[in-house]
Amino acid sequence: MKFFASIGQYIMLLWRVFSLPQKWKIFRRQVVNEMYSLGIMSTPIVAIVSFFVGAVIAIQTALNLAGLPAYVVGFATRESLILEFCSTMIALILAGKVGSSIASQIGSMRISEQIDALELMGVNAASYLILPKIIGLVLLVPFITIFSITLGIFGGYVGILVTDFIGGNNFIEGIQMNFMPYYVAYSIIKSMVFAFIITSVSAYWGYNVKRGSLEVGKNSTRAVVMSSISILVFNLVLTELLL
Amino acid sequence: MITARHIVKSFNGKVIINDISATFEEGKTNLIIGQSGSGKTVLLKCLVGLYDADSGEVWFRDVEYNALSTKEKRLARQQIGMLFQGGALFDFATVEENVMFPLQMFTGMTRQEQRARANVCLKRVNLVNANKCMPSEISGGMQKRVAIARAIALNPKYLFCDEPNSGLDPKTSILIDALIKEITEEYNITTIINTHDMNSVMEIGDNVMFIHNGRKWWEGSRHDILSSDNRELNEFVFANNLAKKARGLM
Repeated sequence: MKFFASIGQYIMLLWRVFSLPQKWKIFRRQVVNEMYSLGIMSTPIVAIVSFFVGAVIAIQTALNLAGLPAYVVGFATRESLILEFCSTMIALILAGKVGSSIASQIGSMRISEQIDALELMGVNAASYLILPKIIGLVLLVPFITIFSITLGIFGGYVGILVTDFIGGNNFIEGIQMNFMPYYVAYSIIKSMVFAFIITSVSAYWGYNVKRGSLEVGKNSTRAVVMSSISILVFNLVLTELLL
Repeated sequence: MITARHIVKSFNGKVIINDISATFEEGKTNLIIGQSGSGKTVLLKCLVGLYDADSGEVWFRDVEYNALSTKEKRLARQQIGMLFQGGALFDFATVEENVMFPLQMFTGMTRQEQRARANVCLKRVNLVNANKCMPSEISGGMQKRVAIARAIALNPKYLFCDEPNSGLDPKTSILIDALIKEITEEYNITTIINTHDMNSVMEIGDNVMFIHNGRKWWEGSRHDILSSDNRELNEFVFANNLAKKARGLM
């Protein structure tokens, strides 16, 4: 019952969030700020994870597919990265980094009455605080996904060169083989949906902090857990729908 | 002028505000006093619209606040300034940006005009050379002054103050009280202050309402308060030994 009540509250919050900004000039500035703080500031962790996971996928594939043509390693690495890792796994990492940050930031504003102050001034606090975060991350996440795919493939190439299981040329041949541009679009669509989930679910938990700083911590954890579960569920749904 | 009629508010079945009616006059400092937990803040938040009362009406002059649509309420709120207990300054903005915030949101002023107005407000609360500081870098008393400057930036008709002296030393409390009183008279604002600070009551309380267990228990001016025979009020007013001794001298 509590679960359904939470879903209802989440939808009602989104209803308030998706209203026209009161000042477009301020809104545009906020979106750019959020793109920087939520997106650009996340690129170092995305780069590190993508590079090393790309390398590991390539090496493991090379080890396990020893009897198959060498170019399969590049092909399998590319498909793993595009179809699953660079959208879903990166979304889970962002849920941890960005989700907890959003929930604790909004939660702290709630308990220090800053949200009440906004409401009292006549500002739609939900829209003012949450909409720029949603728009900012949803707009930037396609670039993060492409960045992650690129670095993942580069990591795989470096991994292959370092270990010398197969030749670098074979890996590049596999990377170029049977390329389906739709898979990149699929990955980007998924990552945009996940970005919406991360920002909106985390903002919901932050916005509903009531009892003080202890609850800020608890709700930040809930934000990460619920965002992650939602990402996994929607990953299945989107895969079924889009592939 | 603000008029509250039969306000009732409860949380989880527990009645916190029980049938309170009151009139808060324009150009005067109207104080709501009572012990911690008596329901002062809940009443203030019902008056200002941050809580929806279970029943009752709140009138801002001749407009019933609860009858307004959400959009109309947002417009009406631009005439309200509020000083929160903790200041509630936006920690993502500097002192100057905090004061400029309502101007950015609700006026067509240029950046220079906003800055000029913010500086007038900051000067009015005797706060200079702190424009570029973040709220976390200034003292509690300064934060309260910034909050007052922000509250008066749009020339509000109504000013609500929730425990403006909490966490402040006696000297700073007197300064804040005096400032609120001056601003109230200068701009002819209807000011409502929640407090349990008896010094504030005696310094600036034009009209005083005492709340006990969620009910209006006593109403009068600061001049009447010391001579009242209301037992609960006397227990609150003369709670400390110094006050008891002072009463013995009267």
